[in-house]
Amino acid sequence: MSPVETSIPAGYTKVFGRPNSLSDAPTTYCPGCHHGVATRLVAEVIDELGIQERTVGIAPVGCAVFLYRFYRCDFVQAAHGRACAVATGLKRANPELIVFSYQGDGDLAAIGTAETVHAANRGENITVVFINNQIYGMTGGEMAPTTLAGQHTTTTPRGRDVATTGYPLKISEMLAQLDGPTYITRQSLHDAPHVAKARKALLTGFQNQVEGKGFSLVELVASCPTNFKMSPQKANKWLVEQALPAFPLGDLKVRD
Amino acid sequence: MPKGMTVIDKERCKGCGLCVAACPFGVLAFSEEHNSSGYNVAMAQHPEKCTACMVCAQICPDVAIEVYRLDRAESKGAA
Repeated sequence: MSPVETSIPAGYTKVFGRPNSLSDAPTTYCPGCHHGVATRLVAEVIDELGIQERTVGIAPVGCAVFLYRFYRCDFVQAAHGRACAVATGLKRANPELIVFSYQGDGDLAAIGTAETVHAANRGENITVVFINNQIYGMTGGEMAPTTLAGQHTTTTPRGRDVATTGYPLKISEMLAQLDGPTYITRQSLHDAPHVAKARKALLTGFQNQVEGKGFSLVELVASCPTNFKMSPQKANKWLVEQALPAFPLGDLKVRD
Repeated sequence: MPKGMTVIDKERCKGCGLCVAACPFGVLAFSEEHNSSGYNVAMAQHPEKCTACMVCAQICPDVAIEVYRLDRAESKGAA
């Protein structure tokens, strides 16, 4: 990447820049994809807690599959859906590590549901970042378990029919019913105030692990402009009007 | 001197336009330029209106925006 060439006049102080935990590699996400925001927020939280040296991320299968390129910390690439199981092994083998998984809805809510539910139920001391964009992004916009009723995707061209394909899977609500997890929350990334709230939630999620409190899952409702076949702004609007009523925001479980 | 200043890394910008839509003061706009990936990049069209609120940087998915704030002493001196 080219360094910023513009010279800054005297009297100005930098108040926002790239977090140290983020590498210089450009992300492989599409224009306007909320994955980029989520990736940055996790890096900022790692910086703020000063845990970069002992953090290990678990990269998923999906649009964030190249996550290990974007961070300056150790990474393991898990098989599709198995991130929580890999995180469990890492954390148990070396409890000093800060282990987080970063998974999309096709990874965590579909093929990886069992691993996620059981890691949560065991109360593993890990942090799970769950990006819910209601679609399979990398493979071309197929229906995901979290796809909204009536939503058009490449495999539901007439809209998701709940009579044959069921309802959007509410992972956070499901996990909040269990006794194991410590912190389950759902936040959104569609505008700056919500991004700030999402950052706070991620900070709590990582802080819980540092303090040994147990399983934290931060669900981030995101958009996928490419596969929604919308402009990034329109996808944001759609998110507010259609997705957020189906996935209400807020803390679903907080245990001290 | 404006209260704030944005610096956009043209090579990182993917031209999604989220910052242009999000800026509450109409500072940002699409430029005429395209970067080496062919994206139409954003630019500060009205830099004098910038207050360093950081909304653009918070919303940018590619962390292409750096924000600078005018120091308090400097802003008092200018007024």
